[in-house]
Amino acid sequence: MPPVFGMLFDGIAYGMLLFLMSVGLSVTLGMMNFVNLAHCSFAMLGGYVAVTLMNAFGWPFLLTLPIAFLAAAAASVVLERVFFRRFYNAGELEQCLLTIGIVFVSIAGAAYIYGTDQQPVHLPPYLQGSIVFAGLDFAIYRLFLIGIALVITVVLIATVEATRFGAQVRAAVNNQRMARGLGIDVDRLFAITFALGSGLAGLGGALAIAMLGLDPSFALTYLIYVLIVVSVGGLGSVAGSFVAAMLLGVSDEAGKYYIPAFGSVLIYLVMMVVIMWRPAGLFGRR
Amino acid sequence: MSSATIDAAVGPRQFLRAQNRWRWTEIAFWLATLLPFVLTPDYLVLASQIAITGLFALSLDLILGFSGIISLGHAAYFGMGAYTAGLLSVWGWGEPLTGLLAAGVTAGLFGYLTSFIIARFRHLALIMITLGIGLLLQEAANSASFITGGFDGLQGIHTWPILNRFDFDLYGRTAYSYALVVLFLTFLVARRIIHSPFGLSLRGIRENGQRMPAIGAATRAHIRTIYTIAAVMAGIAGALLAQTTETVSLETLGFQRSADVLVMLILGGTGRLYGGPIGAIVYMVARDQFSGLNPQYWYFWIGLLLIAVVMFMPDGILGGLALALRRLTPRRAKD
Amino acid sequence: MQKFLYVAAGLTLAMLGAGPAAAQDTVSIGMINEYSGQFADTGAQIDHGVTLYMKQHGDTVAGKKIVVIRKDTGGIAPDIAKRLSQEAIVRDHADILGGFSLTPNALAAADVSAQAKKFMVVMNAATSAITTKSPYIARTSSTTPQLNCTLGTWAAKHNIKTIYTMVSDYGPGIDAEKWFQKCAKDGGAQIVGSVRFPVANPDFSAFIQAAKDKNPDAIYIWIPGGAQPAAVGKALSERGIDTSKIKILGQDALAAETALKSMGDTALGIITVADYDYNHQSPMNQEFVKAFNDEFHRNPDFFAVGGYDGTHLIYAALQKTGGKADGDSLIAAAKGMSWESPRGPIMIDPQTRDIVQTVYIRRVEKVGNELRNVEIDSVPGVKDPEHEQK
Repeated sequence: MPPVFGMLFDGIAYGMLLFLMSVGLSVTLGMMNFVNLAHCSFAMLGGYVAVTLMNAFGWPFLLTLPIAFLAAAAASVVLERVFFRRFYNAGELEQCLLTIGIVFVSIAGAAYIYGTDQQPVHLPPYLQGSIVFAGLDFAIYRLFLIGIALVITVVLIATVEATRFGAQVRAAVNNQRMARGLGIDVDRLFAITFALGSGLAGLGGALAIAMLGLDPSFALTYLIYVLIVVSVGGLGSVAGSFVAAMLLGVSDEAGKYYIPAFGSVLIYLVMMVVIMWRPAGLFGRR
Repeated sequence: MSSATIDAAVGPRQFLRAQNRWRWTEIAFWLATLLPFVLTPDYLVLASQIAITGLFALSLDLILGFSGIISLGHAAYFGMGAYTAGLLSVWGWGEPLTGLLAAGVTAGLFGYLTSFIIARFRHLALIMITLGIGLLLQEAANSASFITGGFDGLQGIHTWPILNRFDFDLYGRTAYSYALVVLFLTFLVARRIIHSPFGLSLRGIRENGQRMPAIGAATRAHIRTIYTIAAVMAGIAGALLAQTTETVSLETLGFQRSADVLVMLILGGTGRLYGGPIGAIVYMVARDQFSGLNPQYWYFWIGLLLIAVVMFMPDGILGGLALALRRLTPRRAKD
Repeated sequence: MQKFLYVAAGLTLAMLGAGPAAAQDTVSIGMINEYSGQFADTGAQIDHGVTLYMKQHGDTVAGKKIVVIRKDTGGIAPDIAKRLSQEAIVRDHADILGGFSLTPNALAAADVSAQAKKFMVVMNAATSAITTKSPYIARTSSTTPQLNCTLGTWAAKHNIKTIYTMVSDYGPGIDAEKWFQKCAKDGGAQIVGSVRFPVANPDFSAFIQAAKDKNPDAIYIWIPGGAQPAAVGKALSERGIDTSKIKILGQDALAAETALKSMGDTALGIITVADYDYNHQSPMNQEFVKAFNDEFHRNPDFFAVGGYDGTHLIYAALQKTGGKADGDSLIAAAKGMSWESPRGPIMIDPQTRDIVQTVYIRRVEKVGNELRNVEIDSVPGVKDPEHEQK
């Protein structure tokens, strides 16, 4: 098999990770227009929860994943009630300032509790190493990542397309005022969606440690990539986030493999090209 | 200073003239900027960097506060100005005033070229494009390390004394005076622009961009113009930093700088001309003090400050002050 | 309104900003470091080294009380670093500047050191040129050429004939690449390919694959610390690199403690060059590691030892000058000073004011149940080759 397939595989795995971290933001931005720059703080929280459970309490890696999800979701519920709720009707700039303030606090908090160094993570032995297939090495952890992300994607899309809850979400994203007029409790809907999205971010964060590392500046470093995925995919669209994440993950890998001198730039170029061609994102509405 | 509505009984020209009159608060502000020389002479270097950042924030206000263009990449022009001034000095020409001019022209040119893209987009697309431009420029600067010095930054900058007389000292007296004068002069220009028919049309574009062509305003051309002007001003700010610190590094172009100035502007209050400088003062003084008290966790206190301001002063600090003033003097006519 | 705000701010500043009284019998050290942000861990370790030394040796030297003033640059910010250095000297009356992990910051502060004629001790930044920027600078860490040239020479001497190099595409990485390749080639090895990857690169699979395709005797990897070493380890394991067939060469950060913990057994066999590791077997180091652990509950690393030795240099220089803290006296005292450090014997070169030390080649091996860097070779008295070139 030519090496391009290996590169594609790596890119797709990276894309899956980006998807998990971004899908929550896409839906909440699309639904409530609430600019939550603290989204990656939830991812960071999920990561730190997973690390604490593994290193301090000896939990197996797989078991930490649902806890990371729940912890991030719970934190988002608290923040939503205490802070975000007051700002739904405020301007985007206020929302920016509020959520950036929260990011700063979260970074300082993480540094205080965990220190500033990288958090080591021990993957269980069955997730380490790689499988050799048709002359290429396929990392087991990436296969695992792709597997989990696909399952979640299917569940998400099924929920959005085939359940009543999903229909309500789609309605609220499409036209909030109308949805309210039809009697849909948009605020409650948003709270649930927000919790789900943040929980997914937390899960993404826990999965990301083994690939991207974890330290207190995680909340800011990956915000740019998440914003790129969300804007390229289109606000409020699960499918959009998925496609955008794939596109960006593969572009990044391809860039690094074929033109290493400019590798990191490819992702920005792709973003600019897509946005200039389709300002609302690939699957965006407005 | 406040965003006001046009009273139909007063014609537009009188309105503008009234807006253009100097209020006592403005005069007091500018007098107060002289205080550091007397009250806090050990802080003049910090004051000069605050003045520079204030100028940078002012330039962002022109496009954000007055024209509604949210930019996450405004540092691109700041950095362009900084590198222009720095490179001129490295190549042998360290005269500061002409360096400022050159920086402004270069940044303005780049701003003009990018404005053609900027003017076509709105909302999230616009934000991401400004972000993209900034990131791409930073990468380009890193790659062109044979010119820019790359990671280590530009070495060998030496700024000649201003007007051949004032040398840059360790206390920052010259630096602050220089930065303050440039800030004031540029501010005057910005003020004139805003309190002009052109400035009014910008506000129209901000409030309802789609409606403006209906009354004959050339929206895209206006946006291009103000964007170019903002780029020139940002470039001048960058050049000031390069000249007063004799350092230029990649982070002058970086996302961190763009994000910081955006936060400062929102903190101070957008669309009020003074919001940028005030935000810069509050943020940088707070950061300096918190950082001195607690070098490792000052982020925490700054975060709390931001949250507190946004919860209690939704329109930024100036907005909050204006509200308080209005409450204290209920019978004063809206000005 | 604004006037009130500004006056209030000014008054508050005047009150808060009053630094410690510059008594005649204090010597203040302005520590300009990264205490927050991406590089906070480096700053923390350097600071630990300084604190430990002061705890062990007291805070009085030659009748003067030593006061440390900490200033945070927040990351790569030469304008801030320069301002903080100026403020330390002007506002806080610091006599000595210390710290400096990042080259751009160190270079900016060097201007201040030269202008104000203050002794400056660089405790981490590794670019050669730094010590040339001010006649008052001494360095107690290491330089990139010093380490990487030694590795290159060693590799060529030990039967490694073909090497593929990959480095991070920024100053220190490019510096490392240049000196490693030069010294390896001087020793008779051949560079079969090289690549520079973007700095914030979290994923190395593509690059490792490209290297593997060339089938070299060794792959030389230079990355800064942080998340990257673990990511490299992952890529090595994913791409099936057998370290007994293809040797992996690198600098200290590649095999740092956290990196080894994350990489697990895939790290076995990685060969790195460093000036210090907590595993160094000397009685002085064993005491140092124990004291460090007692105080900070973690092991020291090369950052910490840079801070520790930097403080020793300051103390010893002050002792020699009898307490005189001006730049000229201190740098004169520092030149040629040599002592035993937890890393081994070190000296401040009297000509270049740079560090001269023993450079160690280590290999990752299993010691008991842990992965450690075990010294397999050492080269004593290594000077910085870039200075020697001129």
